[in-house]
Amino acid sequence: MSNFKTRILANQEISPGYWRMRIQAPGAVADCRAGQFLMFRVQLSLLPLLRRPFGIFRTGFQPSDVDGLPPVEYLEILYKVVGQGTAMMSELHHGDRVEILGPLGRGFDGGEPGRRKILVGGGIGLVPLYMLAEQLVDGSEVRLLMGGRTRDDIIVVTEFERLGVQTYVSTEDGSLGDRGLVTAVLQQQLDADPDAEVFACGPLPMLEAVYGICRQRQVPLQVSLEALMACGVGACLGCVVKGVGHSETSPRFLCTCKEGPVFRAEQLAWDRLDRTEGTCEGCK
Amino acid sequence: MSQQSTAKVSLAVEIAGLRMKNPVMPASGTFGYGEEFAPYLDLNRLGAIVTKGLSLRPKAGNPTPRICETVSGMLNAIGLQNVGVDAFIEHKMPFLREINTPVIANFFGNTLEEYGEVARRLNEIPELAAVELNISCPNVKQGGIVFGTDPQAAHQAVDVVRKNLDKPLIVKLTPNVTDITVIARAVADAGADAVSCINTLTGMSIDVRRRKPKIANRTGGLSGPAIRPVAVRMVYQVVQAVAIPVIGVGGISSAEDALEFLIAGAQAVQVGTANFVDPDAMQQVIDGLERFCIEEGIADIRELIGSLEV
Ligand SMILES: Cc1cc2nc3c(=O)[nH]c(=O)nc-3n(C[C@H](O)[C@H](O)[C@H](O)COP(=O)(O)OP(=O)(O)OC[C@H]3O[C@@H](n4cnc5c(N)ncnc54)[C@H](O)[C@@H]3O)c2cc1C
Ligand SMILES: Cc1cc2nc3c(=O)[nH]c(=O)nc-3n(C[C@H](O)[C@H](O)[C@H](O)COP(=O)(O)O)c2cc1C
Ligand code: FES
Repeated sequence: MSNFKTRILANQEISPGYWRMRIQAPGAVADCRAGQFLMFRVQLSLLPLLRRPFGIFRTGFQPSDVDGLPPVEYLEILYKVVGQGTAMMSELHHGDRVEILGPLGRGFDGGEPGRRKILVGGGIGLVPLYMLAEQLVDGSEVRLLMGGRTRDDIIVVTEFERLGVQTYVSTEDGSLGDRGLVTAVLQQQLDADPDAEVFACGPLPMLEAVYGICRQRQVPLQVSLEALMACGVGACLGCVVKGVGHSETSPRFLCTCKEGPVFRAEQLAWDRLDRTEGTCEGCK
Repeated sequence: MSQQSTAKVSLAVEIAGLRMKNPVMPASGTFGYGEEFAPYLDLNRLGAIVTKGLSLRPKAGNPTPRICETVSGMLNAIGLQNVGVDAFIEHKMPFLREINTPVIANFFGNTLEEYGEVARRLNEIPELAAVELNISCPNVKQGGIVFGTDPQAAHQAVDVVRKNLDKPLIVKLTPNVTDITVIARAVADAGADAVSCINTLTGMSIDVRRRKPKIANRTGGLSGPAIRPVAVRMVYQVVQAVAIPVIGVGGISSAEDALEFLIAGAQAVQVGTANFVDPDAMQQVIDGLERFCIEEGIADIRELIGSLEV
């Protein structure tokens, strides 16, 4: 966990509206765990005021620009341009200075080795699943079910394939893969293998459907949520979601930034989550 | 800044008997219970630590969404979610006890009796250097701002707390009044040792596509750089109106911002929303104050306090 000024190594549009940014980050490879996120300060001035939270897509090393120097450690984020902050991010270039707070939050628990793992990603919700896949492919068979509205929302699937992950794509308009919702694919998969474990990130309605499917079959599920965040470290209490057992009289709020963003499904009060809790602008 | 220059400039201030290494502390509710920010800055360098507002029983807070960003500011309606005074003593004090910086507990109540009761409990914690009484939260139905907008109610709340408290008592004022000096005088008369101003300004923001308020509580408290000129004005007015020390708070994110308050007459400052933007913000304010003093040839920061020329 640190707060550091650093520079951008690359920032490119990979599909209409979706960008991939590589940021120099000493210590990233050792420090980040799958499912963790960072707070990105768009400018060192106060516009926009608050930092933006992003899942960590992956970490790695690249050769140094300068001969003879050791490789440069980096982390990558994938983001969708939805508003002011992300639009400004898309204007940043190689060499620009940025400030990062992270890695933050609780990541995924890798589950039981040997058991099949099914990762369900909706749109930009795919981001935190890549590091998880990297970690899981060693001990288990891993499948990725990726859903989006159109083909433009289907990103970096080939990179999962390169890890040895079997991928299934569905789009709502049928422009790529099967036509329909990713949850239909999940149902088929679990009918065939009820012993799998599921990990999901995407818009709340998708997560709710995934939860319904998994609960019915008693399949273990971990979800990564989103919430509006100001601090990212558990101090402002702006990012809470309702935990299991929550009621008006005995409220149980969980901080998405600190107790999440990854939760075991049974930690959450699913029937009481607001549409505004855990939603993802990028995948609506 | 180097150790060497620290020796030349004194940043130390004293408020109602509370000695601080420098005039910079967090604003309540923006710094958790201290431990959240410990990985990012040295808590021992701060003038004091002010904790999240405490109530007698744990408090759940408001529905979500609770926050939204505005131009140079944010709205929040957290609703004073907190662990309650007992859990604070059991779970949060052990960490705070180890820090070599005075700790100030911010608190509130729903009723006058509760104000008194929380004050009594806090009074029994020897390691607490002072308390800050919140009569100014705009986000709760009962208590909070009700006591902060009516001079008589404010006087009563301070009176009941004063009777149960030997520690220095800071009272936090709301800007959501026509004339803040009236309330400031009322709490000073009732025995407050200092006042901090200001809490957040009631505001509202609307999602134009959904035609709905952006936060569930409809209205929230505006904080951040957007409110600084209002805060500076109010601090200036209150400094003229009462004899007790004033702590300036509202939109501070740099040393220059803090200096505005000190020059207007504040004896110390609190940094709030800026902690979210940069967890190192307070350290930068402290370093910048020291640098400013060196540049201006000022040996003791207290020379700057109230040095406004009009
Ligand atoms: C833990 C976490 C991980 C995330 N990971 C990713 C990711 O990998 N890729 C990606 O594209 N997006 C991700 N998001 C969503 C991303 O943070 C928002 O899309 C982004 O903040 C929008 O900023 P903006 O200035 O463009 O939008 P604006 O609408 O202009 O932002 C206004 C305010 O709302 C906040 N906000 C808007 N949408 C969201 C949202 N969905 N979640 C949280 N805050 C929001 C902004 O931070 C800002 O404070 C993640 C969110 C969280 C909480
Ligand atoms: C998220 C949040 C929570 C807050 N909680 C409290 C609180 O519990 N008690 C209190 O007296 N003030 C609370 N405040 C008000 C701040 O302490 C401060 O008065 C206000 O934010 C103005 O300062 P700033 O502009 O530097 O943030 C809160 C402010 C924010 C933004
Ligand atoms: S974002 Fe501040 S508590 Fe989670």
